[in-house]
Amino acid sequence: MKILVPVKRVIDYNVKPRVKSDGSGVDLANVKMSMNPFDEISVEEAIRLKEAGKAEEIIAVSVGPQKAQETLRTALAMGADRAILVMTDDEVEPLGVAKILAKIVEEEAPKLVICGKQAIDDDSNQTGQMLAALLGWGQGTFANTVAVDGDSIEVKREIDGGLQTVKLNLPAVVTTDLRLNEPRYASLPNIMKAKKKPMDEKTPADYGVDISPRLTTTNVTEPPVRQAGEKVEDVDALVAKLKAVGAI
Amino acid sequence: MKTLVLVEHDNTNMKDATLAVVTAASQLGEVHALVVGSGCASVGEQAAKVAGVATVHVADDAALANQLAENVAPLVASLMERHDAFLAPATTTGKNIAPRVAALLDVMQISDILSVESEDTFTRPIYAGNAIATVKSSDAKKVITVRGTAFDKAATEGGSGTIEGVTGAGESGLSSFVSEEIAKSERPELTSAKIIVSGGRALGSSEKFEEVITPLADKLGAGIGASRAAVDAGYVPNDYQVGQTGKIVAPEVYIAIGISGAIQHLAGMKDSKVIVAINKDEDAPIFQIADIGLVADLFNAVPELTSKV
Repeated sequence: MKILVPVKRVIDYNVKPRVKSDGSGVDLANVKMSMNPFDEISVEEAIRLKEAGKAEEIIAVSVGPQKAQETLRTALAMGADRAILVMTDDEVEPLGVAKILAKIVEEEAPKLVICGKQAIDDDSNQTGQMLAALLGWGQGTFANTVAVDGDSIEVKREIDGGLQTVKLNLPAVVTTDLRLNEPRYASLPNIMKAKKKPMDEKTPADYGVDISPRLTTTNVTEPPVRQAGEKVEDVDALVAKLKAVGAI
Repeated sequence: MKTLVLVEHDNTNMKDATLAVVTAASQLGEVHALVVGSGCASVGEQAAKVAGVATVHVADDAALANQLAENVAPLVASLMERHDAFLAPATTTGKNIAPRVAALLDVMQISDILSVESEDTFTRPIYAGNAIATVKSSDAKKVITVRGTAFDKAATEGGSGTIEGVTGAGESGLSSFVSEEIAKSERPELTSAKIIVSGGRALGSSEKFEEVITPLADKLGAGIGASRAAVDAGYVPNDYQVGQTGKIVAPEVYIAIGISGAIQHLAGMKDSKVIVAINKDEDAPIFQIADIGLVADLFNAVPELTSKV
């Protein structure tokens, strides 16, 4: 089977985002960008399924600016077979991304789409569920473990308070949680090989879907800053202080 | 505006997460609640008593027992013909179902709202809470998930909502429930605990975590949390994790022990009322947001603290 893996180029998770002084957004100029960490986990899981003989081909897709090419090259270097860049400089909301992905799914007919559960920039946590709805497929969100078995997939999901296992008919959408796997680093030879792997360039117009935004961001601010309190000398002072603020 | 609130429950008891959503919904308009489950009549009765709830729709069907999104979303989408906004808690249940509903309605969801500014404008955290965005929705219907720690809880008594039965579309045939492993514990749940004692990588092992953290939590009647580093190192299970990728908590008191204070951890606990940090590294970032800090070796300080509280 084919596996489709959407990946997003986002601010590197080690970088502390800075809000622009005019309130228009977060400053991304000259900031290190990387693949969304949850998407790395998706790519890794797809590769593991291929290595286990459960999948034949992995297609990485990104909806974003020209530079999202780099993110796709990373996916190819990790082990994806080919890539599709749907190029746009506009910010595309999860609903728009899901609509584009649904069209790509129609063309490519993958049996499985593995998405990261959320992107660490807008923290929406929507695209996978929306795609599943648009396609009329089952969804296994926040996956901790997946097991493909013939025409179905069992997904152990991380839920509040524990784990839930569901069985989905294939085709299906899975979204990845942190503990699904530890993504590999691409080796230098694989980075070189990835440069020769095919990458199609498309635009949202090629898919004929309306991706005009439904939400307008009117302002972006820094969260209220919490001030440091005071340091105490020893445990007795700590206990006294806790009592003083009524904490215990 | 008529709102529809997804009630979080386990078919027997309504969960507290629902109450903050009712508060958010009441700022938009009339509050209708939706209980989706199997053998869940008692939950419907509990929801009807919540202050501010006008109507409770109860969908009681074996196909809905495990609230699989594939079965729940079409039901919600059909109820949205006569409601203007769907609000779910930003729990794993809400996050699983709401986007599926939004896509069925062709609506862009507003995730994890912190406040209601007006009928169509909300604030929400982005970049792990490092920025707060104000967003205005142009969709006719709204689909929203609500951050529980950002709204007061509606009172569980005082309401007298009418209960109405609704029927779902039955089994989608797309998915089925296999099993569930829910940790059974006497401890308060992290998201509703008044005090949380949380441990980090400095604990060094699961044995030490148990030996140092648990007695203090027991003494305080506290919930136990952990940093992602401690979870990744295998000291405690994943559902202990507090942070951007774990649980978002805002207890009265948060005691961070051996936690350095990575951005992603702070994103999950910085709204706690009183933050206490115990760490031997006086430059640890956690001290920049802690109300009370103690620079000390946790292996000495925490047992001493346990004996003195």
